[in-house]
Amino acid sequence: MIQTVELRNITKRFPGVLANDRVNLQVRAGEILALLGENGAGKSTLMKILYGMYHPTEGEILVNGQVVQFKSPADALAQGIGMIHQHFQLVPGFTVVENVALGLKSSRGPLTDLDAVSKRVRELGAQYGLHVDPNALVWQLAVGQQQRVEIIKALYRDASLLILDEPTAVLTPQEVQEFFGILRRLRDAGNALIFISHKLYEVISISDRVTALRDGRVVGEVETKATTQQELARMMVGRQVVTRWEKSDMPPSDAVLQIKQLAVSNDKGLGAVNHLSLDVRAGEILGIAGVSGNGQRELAEAIAGMRRVNAGTVQIAGKDVTNCSPEQVIAASVSFIPEERMVMGVVREFSVAENAILETHNRPPLSKRTFFDFKQIDAHVTKLVREYDVKTPSLETPVKSLSGGNIQKLILARELARDPRVLIAAQPTRGVDIGATEYIHKRLIDQRAAGTAILLISEDLEEVRALSDRIAVMYEGEIVGIVPPDTSVEELGLMMAGAQKNL
Amino acid sequence: MTPLTQRFDFSRYNYILVPLAAGGLALLVGGVIIWLLGANPFQAYIGMLQGAFGSPNALADSLVKAGPLLFVGVGICIAYRGGVINIGGEGQIVMGALATTMIVLTFSNLPGLLLIPLALIAGFIGGGFWGGIAGFLKARFNVNEVLSTVMLNAIAVQFMTFLLNGVWIDPTTLDNAIRIPQTQRFPLWADLPRLTPTRLHAGILLGIAVAVLAYILLWRTTIGYRIRAVGFNTVASKYAGIGVGRYQILAITLSGALAGLGGAVEVLAVNHRLFTDGSATGFTGSAGFNGIVVALFGGLHPLGVIPASFLFGALLTGANSLQRTVQVPGAFVTTLDGLVVIFVVASQIWARRRATRRALIEPAPKENVASADAV
Ligand SMILES: Nc1ncnc2c1ncn2[C@@H]1O[C@H](COP(=O)(O)OP(=O)(O)O)[C@@H](O)[C@H]1O
Ligand SMILES: [Mg+2]
Repeated sequence: MIQTVELRNITKRFPGVLANDRVNLQVRAGEILALLGENGAGKSTLMKILYGMYHPTEGEILVNGQVVQFKSPADALAQGIGMIHQHFQLVPGFTVVENVALGLKSSRGPLTDLDAVSKRVRELGAQYGLHVDPNALVWQLAVGQQQRVEIIKALYRDASLLILDEPTAVLTPQEVQEFFGILRRLRDAGNALIFISHKLYEVISISDRVTALRDGRVVGEVETKATTQQELARMMVGRQVVTRWEKSDMPPSDAVLQIKQLAVSNDKGLGAVNHLSLDVRAGEILGIAGVSGNGQRELAEAIAGMRRVNAGTVQIAGKDVTNCSPEQVIAASVSFIPEERMVMGVVREFSVAENAILETHNRPPLSKRTFFDFKQIDAHVTKLVREYDVKTPSLETPVKSLSGGNIQKLILARELARDPRVLIAAQPTRGVDIGATEYIHKRLIDQRAAGTAILLISEDLEEVRALSDRIAVMYEGEIVGIVPPDTSVEELGLMMAGAQKNL
Repeated sequence: MTPLTQRFDFSRYNYILVPLAAGGLALLVGGVIIWLLGANPFQAYIGMLQGAFGSPNALADSLVKAGPLLFVGVGICIAYRGGVINIGGEGQIVMGALATTMIVLTFSNLPGLLLIPLALIAGFIGGGFWGGIAGFLKARFNVNEVLSTVMLNAIAVQFMTFLLNGVWIDPTTLDNAIRIPQTQRFPLWADLPRLTPTRLHAGILLGIAVAVLAYILLWRTTIGYRIRAVGFNTVASKYAGIGVGRYQILAITLSGALAGLGGAVEVLAVNHRLFTDGSATGFTGSAGFNGIVVALFGGLHPLGVIPASFLFGALLTGANSLQRTVQVPGAFVTTLDGLVVIFVVASQIWARRRATRRALIEPAPKENVASADAV
């Protein structure tokens, strides 16, 4: 059983990168330590060292006060250290039990002993709330369940320190709550846990202590009880971060985006948006809150001209664009920040420059009579990249090698440069680090001040509350209420679960 | 520079190195087969080199053989960039040749200066029409273009056989009471000019020009940009207001048009008539399929197709003379051709897999690679 694990002065050098720089870290049985840091801070590298996947350039690891050396993850496991990776390591065609048994010695020599494994899997499931059918094939399981299989695998191997590398990145907000329940039970049973995340509210709600990394160095160690999101954000980014925005008063103005009695089907042909009506005014951010799958995606796609409207109308500044092509919607001065940026927002293989002109490439001065003017394109894109702080080695770099935050800034640059009358922003900061999130929020606020009507669709309630002038709560394809932005999270949560708000 | 650009450059070399290595391996296996057939592989390959490059005539023959491969290969690049897989080169060559033949037979009394351009344009349109059908079916009814183009190949060949056995059959062969399915020889003024005392003809120059134009189209114009955007990502293209179906149709229409132009050049410059042996390959020499390999060989880049088609043309010419030098069975030529095809295609699949596997295990790129000011 692990009592304490300590990393002392761990340094890890990759060619050209100092991933970890004299890092010290301790974790004890019965506590959840959060390892906090932005993308590239060195969290995964540090944990891979602890799990025996990398050898530290310098420094040592102590388990229960004894110096140990790991040549491989097998050595780490033998000491009781288990790791659940960002990308699962399961065989999709095997059952849960087969995956758990994989690589272990059977009690029956060359024959498998899956019944015994199955029994233990059930026991572990009951003990920690890790419910999963032992005989289900892994590929048939939802992502959240696959994650449980990974945890079971580690526990089955008697791990009592569990390293969880960004485990919530793949979960929906509801699944996260369930998952936290499991973590608490594991901790209360006397295990040590290291929880990696860059999401502050998760860290605050689940951990006992926090160690923050920045650029490979430890920049803070605090008791969770004694800190705030603000302080953690400052540690992580290295400066004060704005999460509350001052917004200028919005003068009453006309509705620019008008949706009347809109009905749209989802991919299965079932009603997803049910006779929904909504107005967004110039210079206003209207936030849509709702549990995902309640028609938000279909609503956005219908406005964009990407999905057929069955009934009702969409108007932009009085002009009817119902069932128009995306080209016509764009021409009506509508911009989009689509939900899945890598699929809908950019062409991964295209360069930064090529992506920046996706909608405007056929307009002068970028091109004349179908021929590109590369000088003009260069100037235009250079300006965008500067203005929107997109970090890229060059304009020719393929977009797929940029980080999520920089890709999102590029999309933002492209969409806002058109100075749209209406902006549909779907999950604008999903999977984006804190610095970029702050930046994107600031830009949205600026655009609001410039008079754009913004429809903000987000699963992040904090985001919706921080940016919106009004919040429309969406449930089963309908708006169940429109409330002011200072409405409490609890009340919003109730409405998102279908409780009607009487206005 | 950053590791990023280094990695990019390296994979760029792979584009050329991988198919070359694959071609080399194919020749190695071919050598073993020659040895098993009881001939000397070294002697055989020396014969092959001489047959392909040994004299001005040999060189010219290699270039002439490269002609249809060049046209089809460039077309394949355009289709591929548009995300469309064109297996219909055979049918498109045939339809192009048919359209050209129709023009030449109908307007045979026009002067060459008018007749030749007209005939070339007809070939372009004929092949484009045939490719366009597959594009339309894909865009409108979501019919897989691999299936439709293969079927269109069969239809085109049957149509050619029908015409050559009927209305277009050479009247002189009828007089002699032998029915050969071919047209009469075209008037001399319909011949594409030859460039040297060899068989090298102006069609090859046209092919090179077409490759350069295709490159300009794909990377210098908004049309090519849209074709490439659609080829990579139909969803993002749609969001950006690009008519996805329209550009898919355009890509395969252009692809077919170039194959058709290749067919036109074959009749005008090489055969001076249209003929068939009942199969497609009798007239096309399988250029519709080999063109795909040539495109892969050329890194699916129009300019890469120029040397690739020449290498492949040399292979075809050389293999013929190899067979004569060391007296191996005639089928060996097809065998060697097939070996190269299999190795090159397999190497492409291998390279792509390796690239994806690399991408999976590679670390996420570092956040702040450089500031925007470094641009
Ligand atoms: N195998 C590797 N080779 C080279 N550089 C690496 C490797 N793994 C990580 N890095 C670099 O080390 C730094 C820290 O990465 P990582 O530990 O993955 O960060 P985090 O998990 O906090 O996002 C990054 O700059 C990353 O590019
Ligand atoms: Mg990581």
